[in-house]
Amino acid sequence: MDEALRERIKATIESHKVVLFMKGNKNFPQCGFSAQVIGLLKQNGAEFRDVNILADAELRTGLKEYSNWPTFPQLYVDGKLVGGCDIVTSLNESGELKSVLGVAAS
Amino acid sequence: MIEPAEVERLLRGRFGDAQIELVDLTGTQDHYQASIVSAAFSGKTLLEQHQLVYGALGSAMSGAIHALALKTYTPEAWARVSGGSNGRSAT
Repeated sequence: MDEALRERIKATIESHKVVLFMKGNKNFPQCGFSAQVIGLLKQNGAEFRDVNILADAELRTGLKEYSNWPTFPQLYVDGKLVGGCDIVTSLNESGELKSVLGVAAS
Repeated sequence: MIEPAEVERLLRGRFGDAQIELVDLTGTQDHYQASIVSAAFSGKTLLEQHQLVYGALGSAMSGAIHALALKTYTPEAWARVSGGSNGRSAT
């Protein structure tokens, strides 16, 4: 991966506390797994930035290599990969998602 | 598309002793669900466990497999979730 792309990925991941790379956007998810993660983020009151990887082929390919993670959605918090749909769902079920997202317990 | 037997072979190559359950979710050989119980996951975070699985599947993840629902367990974690119920496999 060239350095410019690596820098762009890093900057995008760090552009917001919570960043979701997904298919479609938060209002129109174009994949069931992306929609499920959006639902869980909203349900937990998280503020997040959504990035549509379908609109950016270079980013889509680069992210897979950058994080050693071949699928989307990919959720990042504080610049670190949390995981995909299965992991986010599992964190929600165990009650850990709010604290992972840095959302104060209500 | 990829044959279930081929997916299982790739997983076996990395998780030799594992208990592997593979389901073709759509009957189209490209949407799979895999449940894997292996000691290779011990001491690893869920994120690292899934990365191990993706690593085992290699290039199959970029094309042949469109979606993979993953459940990974250490033998200890599996003993806990399989104790009285089916764990978190709802529906």
